Amino acid sequence: MSERLADWTRSEEAVTYQTCTACGHVQYFHRAFCAACGASNPRVARASGKGRVYATSLVCRAATPETRAHVPYNILLVDCAEGFRMMAHGETDLAIGDEVTASFKPFAGKLVPFFAKRK
Amino acid sequence: MSFITGVGLTSFGKHEGSSSLDLMSKAAQAALDDAGLKRVDIDGVLCGYSTVSPHIMLATVFAEHFGIRPSYAHAVQVGGATGLAMTMLAHHLVEAGVARNVLVVAGENRLTGQSRDASIQALAQVGHPDYEVPLGPTIPAYYGLVANRYIYEYGVTEEDLAEFAVLMRAHACSHPGAQFHDPITVADVMASKPVAMPLKLLDCCPVSDGGAAFVISRERTGEAGVRIRGCAQAHTHQHVTAAPRLSELGAEISVARAKEATGLAISNVRYAAIYDSFTITLAMLLEDLGLAGRGEAAARVRAGHFGRDGAMPMNTHGGLLSYGHCGVGGAMAHLVEAHLQMTGRAATRQVRDASIALLHGDGGVLSSHVSMFLERVR
Repeated sequence: MSERLADWTRSEEAVTYQTCTACGHVQYFHRAFCAACGASNPRVARASGKGRVYATSLVCRAATPETRAHVPYNILLVDCAEGFRMMAHGETDLAIGDEVTASFKPFAGKLVPFFAKRK
Repeated sequence: MSFITGVGLTSFGKHEGSSSLDLMSKAAQAALDDAGLKRVDIDGVLCGYSTVSPHIMLATVFAEHFGIRPSYAHAVQVGGATGLAMTMLAHHLVEAGVARNVLVVAGENRLTGQSRDASIQALAQVGHPDYEVPLGPTIPAYYGLVANRYIYEYGVTEEDLAEFAVLMRAHACSHPGAQFHDPITVADVMASKPVAMPLKLLDCCPVSDGGAAFVISRERTGEAGVRIRGCAQAHTHQHVTAAPRLSELGAEISVARAKEATGLAISNVRYAAIYDSFTITLAMLLEDLGLAGRGEAAARVRAGHFGRDGAMPMNTHGGLLSYGHCGVGGAMAHLVEAHLQMTGRAATRQVRDASIALLHGDGGVLSSHVSMFLERVR
């Protein structure tokens, strides 16, 4: 993999994604290769944090003491401007189709992406 | 050719003091008795997994415990699709001449063997460890995401989804082995506690103890024969983040392959056994499989279409939603019930004609699919 940019999965306030230098395939789950064509070393870039809500589910029943402290929290799937889909948290009043922007919030001892309606 | 020569099913609910092996053994003995076979006749063993008692070699642990020395044995793991995936493998093993009688078995004390939180947490691990699990999702949340999208695209309502819970409860009321026997209404479902919106408590299957088993054989052992006509799978993704659009999910692909393999059409089907972990799962699968038009499954439930006396009776035991869900054995109960219906042994639940059945299982978050056609032969 080319240089590993830190992102929210490593407690950095960023969302990153990979683009294949051979076929152009965009992927969110980082790997050492392109899942579409197999070419190695996909290029890592920082995403703009802009996207559109694909789906929502307000979690009202959590399974651990750490997550229960945050109930209810809204889990989202967001279609990001760069062409990948990610799971994140967001404001509870978001609707499918809303244009959103990412920020970051602490959740159960970690940092997670949190989307709000784009102003 | 392969036949399902015996089936066994425990009641679901609380089996205080029973281990996973106890429940597997109980179901296996019932399946052997039903097939009229002895331990020595079983030369293949396929088993599911137990989240309560995980083991890297569960099939041989079970075989030793139960008293079988098979020539072929291992566990299979495809989440909720495991039962039908094992049946499909058993079918191919028998057809290929690898084994004569394959015992397919699963059982788990998931309700009394661990806390409900532990169950929910163990299952949530099907999510991506880096990109999903840190966000605190649960299985209901994964399906809640899909449900809200389905509602958005096809105009289905929460009341529509509630219909499936009501139907499964009505069916469970006539099965003595079901976990729940109190009738419920759409209003009850709507008023039940929110879990992961739009899914409420009664939109979700319970956690249960229980076990189920079948024997898949090269030759019939009794008068009534149930033949596996053919089956197929499709696997499009693991994580909901990586799922294709709603119109490209695996159920449509696997059922198309199963239809091609058997030469059968949906119009041939007389009984349906469909995976129902949540109300949304059942609604989507019915429509993906072609058992209802897009967005029309709930209307068909209201019209009695999927009831015992309807045109397409379905999950007459009560399904995962109300018979219960003990892990791998949960969806195997659907096949046991189909077998009882096809052999005229479903007591007060007996439908008029179950000559051809369509079974469908789903694992993960609509990730892994198995479709199977069974046919009664005389």
